[in-house]
Amino acid sequence: MKTIHLKLEPLTCPSCIKKIEGTIAKMAGVTYVKVLFHSSKVKIQFEENLVNPDQLEATVTALGFTVNAAKMM
Amino acid sequence: MKWVQKYINHITGVSGFLLLTATASYLAGFATIQEVALILATFIAGVPIAIKAIQALRVKAFSIELLVTIAVIGALIIGEYVESAAVTFLFLFGAYLEARTLEKTRASLKELIDMAPQEAVILQKDQEVTIPVEAVQPGDKVIIRSGEKVPVDGSVINGRASINEAAITGESVPVTKHKDGHVFGGTIVDHGYLEVVAEKVGDDTTFAKIIELVEEAQETKSKTEKFLDRFAAFYTPAVVLLAVLVYLLTQNFHLSITFLVVACPGALVIGAPVSNVAGIGNGAKHGVLVKGGDVMDRLAKIDTMIFDKTGTLTKGKPEITGIKTFHEEGEDELLRLAARAETLSEHHLGRTIVMEANNRGMAITAGVTGDVIKGAGLIATVEGRHLLIGNAKLMAKEKISVPSEIEAYAREREKQGNTAIFTAIDGKISGVISIADRIREEAAKAIAAMRHNGVRQVIMLTGDNPHTAKLVAERLGLDEFHAELLPEEKTAFVQELQAAGHKVAMAGDGINDAPAIASADIGLAMGAGGTDIAMETADVVLMADKLNQLAHAHALAKATTRNMKQNTTFAVLTVLILLTGVLLGSIHLASGMFIHEASVLIVILNATRLMRFGRPAKERDGIPQPAI
Repeated sequence: MKTIHLKLEPLTCPSCIKKIEGTIAKMAGVTYVKVLFHSSKVKIQFEENLVNPDQLEATVTALGFTVNAAKMM
Repeated sequence: MKWVQKYINHITGVSGFLLLTATASYLAGFATIQEVALILATFIAGVPIAIKAIQALRVKAFSIELLVTIAVIGALIIGEYVESAAVTFLFLFGAYLEARTLEKTRASLKELIDMAPQEAVILQKDQEVTIPVEAVQPGDKVIIRSGEKVPVDGSVINGRASINEAAITGESVPVTKHKDGHVFGGTIVDHGYLEVVAEKVGDDTTFAKIIELVEEAQETKSKTEKFLDRFAAFYTPAVVLLAVLVYLLTQNFHLSITFLVVACPGALVIGAPVSNVAGIGNGAKHGVLVKGGDVMDRLAKIDTMIFDKTGTLTKGKPEITGIKTFHEEGEDELLRLAARAETLSEHHLGRTIVMEANNRGMAITAGVTGDVIKGAGLIATVEGRHLLIGNAKLMAKEKISVPSEIEAYAREREKQGNTAIFTAIDGKISGVISIADRIREEAAKAIAAMRHNGVRQVIMLTGDNPHTAKLVAERLGLDEFHAELLPEEKTAFVQELQAAGHKVAMAGDGINDAPAIASADIGLAMGAGGTDIAMETADVVLMADKLNQLAHAHALAKATTRNMKQNTTFAVLTVLILLTGVLLGSIHLASGMFIHEASVLIVILNATRLMRFGRPAKERDGIPQPAI
């Protein structure tokens, strides 16, 4: 089990939370996802043998959000 | 798509310019140019909105962008170009303004994050090397000079410096650190030089934990927010249904789309959270960690404030409050001899005597011989003189006669809350040293401010003797005090008050009071520079151990909940007025959109007032007044 923090561009619409959390949660290997709206961060816990950090980052980008930094915890 | 997001501000600008062109053409009578400009403006501003709408649709999310896109397409079909251009522009411009103002409410957190150190200078084989702060390992020797940030939590091994610890405690008065002192990452060396052994690095530092706590706190929802979430879940489908109903009744597609767009609960959704974010940010900047919106709610509602005594209402560090001599030795000489003798002792009263001598600039060297007598004092030989330092029992045991006036003086000092320590030199009583734990200077003012802001009773619970407890309670004008309590009795007392219907806040110094803090409606801990246990158990942590921070937190909680109520009321009223206006036909899509965006801005701006809360009042007398 690994945890990654993605720092995004400043989030402005509260509906973005549902958009990101909903999509990431559906990905295989993801056990926990939380969007920190005010600090514009996504915290994701995942099984590293099922999904890799690049895929997670790519998914968030595909949703239309710029990922400024990724940090493995 | 990325390109569109990147240049969104330019797009908004171009669309605004085209709108102006259209207005100018209209005034000049160039109808064709006007129409072309309007259609261009609609497309330029409409594309980014449509993209967002499609993105949301792909994850099966129903977004406001989708509604706007439908409305704009509808307007284009019926040839309402003014409306379509105005709506798309207003939507983008509103989002831009929202982002700018939201940034403001988030600024306090950002200021905190910006205080994080970036680089560290470490010693490697006697060479100074500058490395990024993430690369520092526990055990590394770190060097910090004037004006630099402390990169890690650690212990000073060399040097001396005055440090501004505002990043941790909210207090900007510098503190001096020297060998064996503890320094925190994120604090700034005002002047001086320090060599520090890194103990906690990266995400383990107190500073990183504070940031994380504040980030998490800003996401924890208050009751109002939770209510709004439930409300939105029912509201959105209700609005869609109503819009369908409007269409069926009036057969007016345009009107029902207008209804949908205008009914979108923008200010309602954002009003309560922005108040909380601003409030929590304000707290963090003043050294008060409030762990979430629900804590704000509960803190604002308390009517009973309970304090632990030692370490909370008092400083928890004994100090010398008087030295009385009855012999030829002067005050300083007596203190110096006593301090040398006390170097033998590990007792906290003994340490207090040594510390006072150090503070008075005396060089206290060890190298005395003697014995410590547990529970009584000590006997020592200092510079060839025979010293006895201790309580009345020790004097009696060693057959030192204590004249009645000295005994009376000692009793008087004890009545005033001191511990009286007798000293005898060469078999004759020579003085009495009084030591007491002082009440915090700001305690009385802080309690007064809390009463002023609606706290009905202030109670003290202590494990100490009734004598001292009574003294502190009287001096601070407390409503009740209970002495000689065990931790579980404190907890039981808190629960009794709660059962009687009181909203209870309990403040303690974190460790022995933890059970009582945990069972109170609001647990407040003195952070003492961020002990983990205080930061974990309590709902509110006072980082600088100052009671005026507590008064500030309470006033801030009141202001925050008030701000949240203002925002919610305003948002509900706006939506009601808008919807009525739409149904009566007096508000159209563009004007509705304008009012809608304006209302979102107003609630954000209202929340930003919280960020300044307590500032002017603090400069005046150190106690925040509820100004909002």
